[in-house]
Amino acid sequence: MSELKSSMTESVMDALGKVKDPEIASVSILDLGMVHEVDVTNGAVKVSVLPTFSGCPALHIIERDIKKAIEDVEGITSAEVNFVFTPSWTTDRITPEGRERLKEFGISPPPANHVMGEPWEIDCPYCGSTYVTMENIFGPTACRSILYCKSCKNPFEAMKPVADMG
Amino acid sequence: MTEETLKPQEKKALIELLYQLADDDFLLSFRGSEWLGLAPHIEEDVAFSSISQDMMGHANLYYNLLEDLGEGEADRIAHLRTPDQYRNAIILEEVNGPGTYLKEPDYDWAFTVVRNYFYAVHKHIRLDSLRHSAYGPLAEAARKIMTEQYYHLIHWEIWFKQLMTSTDEAIERMTAAIQKVWKDFGGVLTLGPYYEDIVKANFIDDENVMKKRWNNKIEAVLKEVGAHYPGEPRMERGNGRNGVHTDDLKQATSTLSEVYATNPATGW
Repeated sequence: MSELKSSMTESVMDALGKVKDPEIASVSILDLGMVHEVDVTNGAVKVSVLPTFSGCPALHIIERDIKKAIEDVEGITSAEVNFVFTPSWTTDRITPEGRERLKEFGISPPPANHVMGEPWEIDCPYCGSTYVTMENIFGPTACRSILYCKSCKNPFEAMKPVADMG
Repeated sequence: MTEETLKPQEKKALIELLYQLADDDFLLSFRGSEWLGLAPHIEEDVAFSSISQDMMGHANLYYNLLEDLGEGEADRIAHLRTPDQYRNAIILEEVNGPGTYLKEPDYDWAFTVVRNYFYAVHKHIRLDSLRHSAYGPLAEAARKIMTEQYYHLIHWEIWFKQLMTSTDEAIERMTAAIQKVWKDFGGVLTLGPYYEDIVKANFIDDENVMKKRWNNKIEAVLKEVGAHYPGEPRMERGNGRNGVHTDDLKQATSTLSEVYATNPATGW
């Protein structure tokens, strides 16, 4: 990879780091592990993105925001966004920074190495207590559940674990 | 197998299968969306609308696969077909009960629980088979859908078992709902007139194998809650896979497409 190309890729990655999940303002699509591949060739960028939940209405907004962010990078002439399903987006793709930022937003991050069907330990994002109850496995968006912390008496949300089922 | 390597006969069979998968999810998620604000309690409203949204997303994935096979734009496929072009099972288009969303909706929760639970069990069996489909893009989509549908199945199973072991009134209503759904649920379990080509190309398992899995599972669950297994489900009002439908489908698609049809060229 030439130096010029590598610095261009770096600028594109910086731009992608500024694209936020429209429903969780503190977390970027890089934090969520949604970006699969980025190809920069002669100023043309191709990004393949892994959708989180298939019915998520934010996907179109994310696509638009990615295009806009990349096209603003100096030297970039075009940007193409493709949603792909292989590999599947799973919650273990969320980065350590992403997990911290989810907590700041009041959302407990999912366990990193979850196996579908097994119990799932959720800590309160505010006080860290494990003394919590599940109010609803479904929540305000497709990817979240609603819980209540019996220790600090706060309602909170948790991101549903999603693991590949083989 | 990819789009390029499909033989014409295989492509035809694949398209038929995709319409069945897409239309099943599309119609049942529409019926689910009509419960918005009307579900038995607030948490159920949150859960059910989330499930309906996921399912509409699943239908969209399948419509996009159809678009890739040259069937036209996904939105147009979903909205602008005539009733005889839909391939969903008849039981999935049926109204939720008397009245309409806007006027005196006297919807039947027992019917909704039974229909969704029976469907979720079959959908899981179907996806479990589809994730090994010979058509790569379909296998990929199935693996994605499976991670979400897992939560739907748990949800409806809890409702089903709890109501089936609840008060006399609940059991009476649930039993009536099972009898009603049973009359037409056979339509969900069939792969329709292109069945042989669909199975020969290894797009999905033989319908008889999947039917057996479904019957075994439901028989065991009914036994667990002390209910009677009524034998194989029937298809009394015809086979939706052949394009046979009731007026309920017309009502559903005209409501769904009311806005889109005013100007299909506009981005809504």
